[in-house]
Amino acid sequence: MSIDTATAARVAKLSRIRVEEDALLALAEEFNTILGFIEQLAEVDVDGVEPMVSVTLMRLPRRADVVTDGYQQAKILSNSPGAREGFFAVPKVVE
Amino acid sequence: MMSDLNKLTIAGARDALRKGDTTSAELTEACLTAIEGARALNTFVHDTPDQARGMAAAADTRIKAGDAPALCGIPLGIKDLFCTKGVAGQAGSGILKGFVPEYESTVTQNLWDAGAVMLGKLNMDEFAMGSSNETSVYGNAVNPWRRAGDDTALTPGGSSGGSAAAVAADLCLGATGTDTGGSIRQPAAFTGITGIKPTYGRCSRWGVVAFASSLDQAGPMTKTVRDAAIMLGAMCSYDAKDSTSANLPVPDFEAALSGDIRGNVIGIPREYRMDGMPAEIEKLWADGTAMLKDAGAEVRDITLPHTKYALPTYYLIAPAEASSNLARYDGVRYGHRAKLAPGDGITEMYEKTRAEGFGAEVQRRVMVGTYVLSAGFYDAYYNRARKVRTLIKRDFEQVFEAGVDAILTPATPSAAFGLGEMGSKDPVQMYLNDVFTVTVNLAGLPGVSVPTGQDAQGLPLGLQLIGRPWEEGDLLNCAYALERAAGFVAKPVKWW
Repeated sequence: MSIDTATAARVAKLSRIRVEEDALLALAEEFNTILGFIEQLAEVDVDGVEPMVSVTLMRLPRRADVVTDGYQQAKILSNSPGAREGFFAVPKVVE
Repeated sequence: MMSDLNKLTIAGARDALRKGDTTSAELTEACLTAIEGARALNTFVHDTPDQARGMAAAADTRIKAGDAPALCGIPLGIKDLFCTKGVAGQAGSGILKGFVPEYESTVTQNLWDAGAVMLGKLNMDEFAMGSSNETSVYGNAVNPWRRAGDDTALTPGGSSGGSAAAVAADLCLGATGTDTGGSIRQPAAFTGITGIKPTYGRCSRWGVVAFASSLDQAGPMTKTVRDAAIMLGAMCSYDAKDSTSANLPVPDFEAALSGDIRGNVIGIPREYRMDGMPAEIEKLWADGTAMLKDAGAEVRDITLPHTKYALPTYYLIAPAEASSNLARYDGVRYGHRAKLAPGDGITEMYEKTRAEGFGAEVQRRVMVGTYVLSAGFYDAYYNRARKVRTLIKRDFEQVFEAGVDAILTPATPSAAFGLGEMGSKDPVQMYLNDVFTVTVNLAGLPGVSVPTGQDAQGLPLGLQLIGRPWEEGDLLNCAYALERAAGFVAKPVKWW
């Protein structure tokens, strides 16, 4: 499996990380090094092996579907780089 | 007044505080002075001296009233990954610049409830992704140890590099660390201190900035095994806010330290004898094996056949989980937001914010994770890695079922290397640092690193003991026996 610059650009896009055109080749090479390294897993016989879901055999706890917390608008917005009038403000999404 | 209070162990300080030989205020002042004098190590990145003095005063009142817990009045450093209410923390990343958490992580809350004193936040690799503390937005933390007759700056290891350097340089009595692939144990070994990653689920992950949620665990980094036992006990609790937190009683780990390991079975895994392993590491391992044997343990050769696949499994699963966890850094709710050009929409905001805010290694891992989870590759990569992870865990289960109590391995493939020496050309070279430690995270087991020797240049070297799940007490007792036999007392010569 070899990653070309078009694939690198697609992965950057999926990751929502801007990568300049002239950096794509180096990025693709890094991907190839790392993927070449993890490629060894292909040689392991995993027939009939269950994929691990949880490292400890523990049932996830459940609780009643009720509100346990809330009314903390100011705290929730306090770290936002773009809070306005009690909301998170972002650039225009719909034309 | 006692001198050099910052050099005390937690156990020593506890006893001195209880006897009235010193106060938390004095202890705390000694640490704050040591921190001021050690800026060259670049360990403390957000200082909280006023908070520390206030907490020390409260601890002194509590100690005077009697019946204070072991950690009451003990000054600690906190890895920047833990959310601490009202105190800046940014997980070593530019994308969380200016972030001041509105809440406290469960682990740090447990420490404050026990009366511990917070000195400040400690340097670390960005989002705990790194093995040398070189990916930090704060710059490198520096190891207080140097090679004999050589002033090359060495790495304290990573990702808990600031924690390790601060404890080794006596800037605090202990520090919190986190360990996703070896981030407590490797830096502990590089700096001649003790670090334990408990069983997955022992420490709550709530309020600890997430890297790879199925692997992340917090743990203490301390000067001795006894201190690790004391501090771990205070950090652990069942926490309903972490769905993977174990609802099990937390035993008195310190009470387990009898030093008696007669009849214990210690496994020596043949797969950890790597090609090209330095002779010094071979010898360290053989010496440690002999020490445990002399202490009355039975030593047994064992096999963990899937060891070789642990590193590639880890470097697939960890980035996959990271790519998902780090999706939250979008410039909307906290941290950095890029300046936008006219006409930029929300996609440009995400892309520019993440390109500016994340460092190179974090970007690389997020993108690798995105790739292995993407349509068409999910089964070939991610699901296959999860199956291999099952096999790696099974290897350990079979060994424990056969009666092995603990497994002894080297902690790292070398002593601390020079900052910048590992280069950045090939990220896989850096990943090889984790070769002895990642298996433990993949299997969810407890693992402890204990300093047991020095290399020819005088740098500390550590051995790792791996225990049965939930048996941190027995594991620490085994580590205690090893610590006593090794008698490692060397300290770095002060140059900073």
